[in-house]
Amino acid sequence: MDDPVRRIGFSRRALLLGSGMAATGLLLAGRMAWLAVFEGETYRLKAEGNRIQNRLIPPRRGWIVDRHGKPIALNRPDYRLELHPSDIEDLDATLIAIRRVLDISLDEEVRIRDDVSSQPSFMPVVVRQDLSWGEFSACNVRLATVPGVAAVRSFSRQYPEADYCAHLVGYVGAPTPEQYRAQKDPLLVYPGFRVGKDGIERYADRQLRGHAGAARVEVTARGELVRELDTRPDEPGDTLKLTIDRELQNYAARRLGDNSGSVIVIDCVTGDVLAMVSMPAYDPNIFSRRVPSSLWRALQADDHTPLLNKSAMGLYPPGSTFKMVTTLAALNAGIDPDEAVSCSGAYRLGNNTWHCHARRGHGGVNMRRALPLSCDTYFYAMGRRVGIDAIAAMARQLGLGQEYPLPLPGQADGIVPDKAWKQKRYGKDWREGETLNASIGQGYVLTNPLQLAVMTARLASGRAVMPRLFHAGPAPQFASLGIPEAHLAVVREGMVGVVNAGYGTARAARSPIPDVTIAGKTGTAQVRRISALERRRGVIRNEALPWKYRDHALFVAFAPAESPRYAVSVILEHGIAGGRYAAPIARDVLSFLFEPERALAVLPAIEADAATRRAERQVADAAASIATETRQMMPSWLRIEVPPPSFEIADPDAPQPPREPE
Amino acid sequence: MDLLNGPWVSQLTRLPWGLVSIVCAIAGFGMVVLYSAAGGSLDPWALKQGIRFAVLLGAALALALVPPERWLALAWPIYGVLLLALLGVELVGAVKGGSQRWLDLGIIQFQPSEMMKLGIVLILARYYHYVPKGYETRPEVLLPALGLIALPVGLVMLQPDLGTALSILFGGAVVLFLAGVRLWLFGAAAAGVAALLPVAWNFLHDYQKRRVLIFLDPESDPRGAGYHITQSKIAIGSGGLTGKGFLNGTQSHLDYLPELHTDFVFATMAEEWGLMGGMLVIALYGMVLAWGIRTAVKARSQFQRLLALGLTATLFFYLAINMMMVMGLAPVVGIPLPLISWGGSAMLTVMVLLGLVMGIARANRGPKW
Repeated sequence: MDDPVRRIGFSRRALLLGSGMAATGLLLAGRMAWLAVFEGETYRLKAEGNRIQNRLIPPRRGWIVDRHGKPIALNRPDYRLELHPSDIEDLDATLIAIRRVLDISLDEEVRIRDDVSSQPSFMPVVVRQDLSWGEFSACNVRLATVPGVAAVRSFSRQYPEADYCAHLVGYVGAPTPEQYRAQKDPLLVYPGFRVGKDGIERYADRQLRGHAGAARVEVTARGELVRELDTRPDEPGDTLKLTIDRELQNYAARRLGDNSGSVIVIDCVTGDVLAMVSMPAYDPNIFSRRVPSSLWRALQADDHTPLLNKSAMGLYPPGSTFKMVTTLAALNAGIDPDEAVSCSGAYRLGNNTWHCHARRGHGGVNMRRALPLSCDTYFYAMGRRVGIDAIAAMARQLGLGQEYPLPLPGQADGIVPDKAWKQKRYGKDWREGETLNASIGQGYVLTNPLQLAVMTARLASGRAVMPRLFHAGPAPQFASLGIPEAHLAVVREGMVGVVNAGYGTARAARSPIPDVTIAGKTGTAQVRRISALERRRGVIRNEALPWKYRDHALFVAFAPAESPRYAVSVILEHGIAGGRYAAPIARDVLSFLFEPERALAVLPAIEADAATRRAERQVADAAASIATETRQMMPSWLRIEVPPPSFEIADPDAPQPPREPE
Repeated sequence: MDLLNGPWVSQLTRLPWGLVSIVCAIAGFGMVVLYSAAGGSLDPWALKQGIRFAVLLGAALALALVPPERWLALAWPIYGVLLLALLGVELVGAVKGGSQRWLDLGIIQFQPSEMMKLGIVLILARYYHYVPKGYETRPEVLLPALGLIALPVGLVMLQPDLGTALSILFGGAVVLFLAGVRLWLFGAAAAGVAALLPVAWNFLHDYQKRRVLIFLDPESDPRGAGYHITQSKIAIGSGGLTGKGFLNGTQSHLDYLPELHTDFVFATMAEEWGLMGGMLVIALYGMVLAWGIRTAVKARSQFQRLLALGLTATLFFYLAINMMMVMGLAPVVGIPLPLISWGGSAMLTVMVLLGLVMGIARANRGPKW
């Protein structure tokens, strides 16, 4: 029944099939050998890479403390829930899972989705911060296996002084994507890691940052930790001690009230910056998390420029506070302090007339009376005699027109004009009219409040004081400026007269403390052109002008006058008049250093006044912004980039117009 | 007492016990791997798998006592029942909605498509047993045979279960090949398939298309769809020559390897036992296949020859596709590694398959002692 032919045919085919099977077997064996032996090393590394994760232990950021060790910036524990967009498989499902644990509002969800879609996928997105311990542990337990969701315990930065130190210490924020791409430091994408964004936080970021620790851990595919293999602990950042006196800083900030301005206090002997206030400011506590875009817009739109550090970045014509420079230049040129110049209220040069602030003139003015009276005519005459280059040299010697080695990003260096400067900048020759303007601190001259404080400290001590902000090492000794003591005495005597003489321009700044005498100098810097039409009609009183057209008020002072210890500079933007408005602030700040109780007693009235005005403004703002209110947030790596305000320099050659008396 | 001395007892001695011991060795090694895959525990896989294997081995030995002529006689009814069951699955699926692969018979879930892998070989062996030499390729003979293949393949494709459909197709084609159908026809069929591939591509489901694309370039999405193949290759490759040692696999124990106890059990094994373990498994299966071929060649009727070698080829198809898949030589299709992978229905199929071939071996064993 079995056909042998069929049998042989079958055997032949069976042989074919069997060889096919054998070939496949060999192929499989060869492939496996290839994977396991020839590429084994590669795959072993890949398996290790799967299994072992290097987990960073982020370092704790160093504290920033004041000269007495009181904290200005510190860390507090912060529990939060974060999303890692690169690990998320399905955002909708993930959010649903989170919603089972945390109650996310629609607004929050919109923000989260917005962040996830707008940020690079390696940047973590905060779902919620400031979780309570209960919420945090619930997230830890119930969201542990949801990919891309992490409950994070970290430290967030806290600034107990809020606004008052904002410009000085700055704030922290998430690193920018560019920073990460440039540095490739994995710490920068660690959830919740913050870097300094402004002020000292930014300047001393490396010092404050510390060094990350690392833990090698074995993890499962779902990221669950199996065991720790080894750890290297983190090194916290250094504690930075500043020369700032926190209480003085607070006082100065409160004393400024709702003014837009700056107060700087420097120790004349050591150069320690005791206070450096720029108001209004922002709350760095908010900036260190996320800034609601409505707040951001409000801050940007505010004409009081709360985002600008006026102390270091603001540039203002120094006005009459510059007259000490002219005085010293004149003395240096050998001019007799007792030589009198007759002031008729106007000074003629060529076809033009320069005005003194006193319209009817001061009569005969010598150097000793010129400063207290702030007689412009006297300084026109002296400036013209010594020439711009001598004035500029003296200004530089006193510290103007330069940046100091301070941890402040974006310091403005200002302008101290001279002939060479003009030739270089404008390619034109210097004109004598410009000397007249410069000799009273107008025209091209631009300074920032810090430079004015340093100038005052140098005048008071006669030494080349350099400001310092880090309280490190012994107090520096400064060399003498090389200005004869007799010259300085004339200037100091004049400054004492400004405050204490019956005809001084800053009688309001007279010290309330019996045995402490304050010496100072007022300044009122014009910010607008006065048109010919206006001049014919008569100058409008400053108070009647819109805020932004009013003059800047300046006041520099030191105390005690006999043995100077503290120098202060006060600038109120559009503050109308140095003597009337800036000088009392300087007086109170200086008296706080000697008798804090007395100084504090003046605050309530000022703060109540400011509060009323603020409330009025808020009502007006709220009415205007009801329609546009949204809860969007600015990116977490937000950094303030405000160009310093540029003040229009009215034709520097134009004669100084008549002004209000100081 | 008479029962003990009955003919079936003497038949027991004619069973291929050498093969049985090889199969036991494979299944035993499989249990060891499953024990490790569960993190060093008999639960939940190794113990159950052992019990299941013991029961099914008994069943296979019992099947081996059935004379092959009985299968010849039952071929049509078996094929018909399986075809009806496949239709039933389709209908139930159509009513319930969604893809349906098994019939719930209350006690067990019966997966007709699995059994059809054997049924197709059985029916074609029966069909060609009665075809005289020289008539195999004639259209009036070949077309019904192709119809016998096309019916179940079509039904399984509708489920849709591409892997099983290909397996049935392969079994059928092997029997045709062994029966002596002209070789040029296979060449022509291969050419036709190649030509039709672009058309077939459009009929694939999205997940099937993705699997094929990922197979061609697994690195394109290592965390998503290419994850299986990438991790499986890492597991095999990192095992090296001698493996990481029993219970020391990291890919499997830390859950990087998906399906570590079912489709990718070979990778789980290779990680801990290395190339040595892989060669052992391949060699053991090679012996089983060689035994199958020898059984077929020695068989005394065309039906037995076709059935034995067709079934052996079906087993080979399982092995080859699974191993090629885990080594990244074939796309990911859900075909388990027989006797080692956790799972009942595949083991049932393979044990029935072995039972049938053992029956043929027994029937053709030389003169009785």
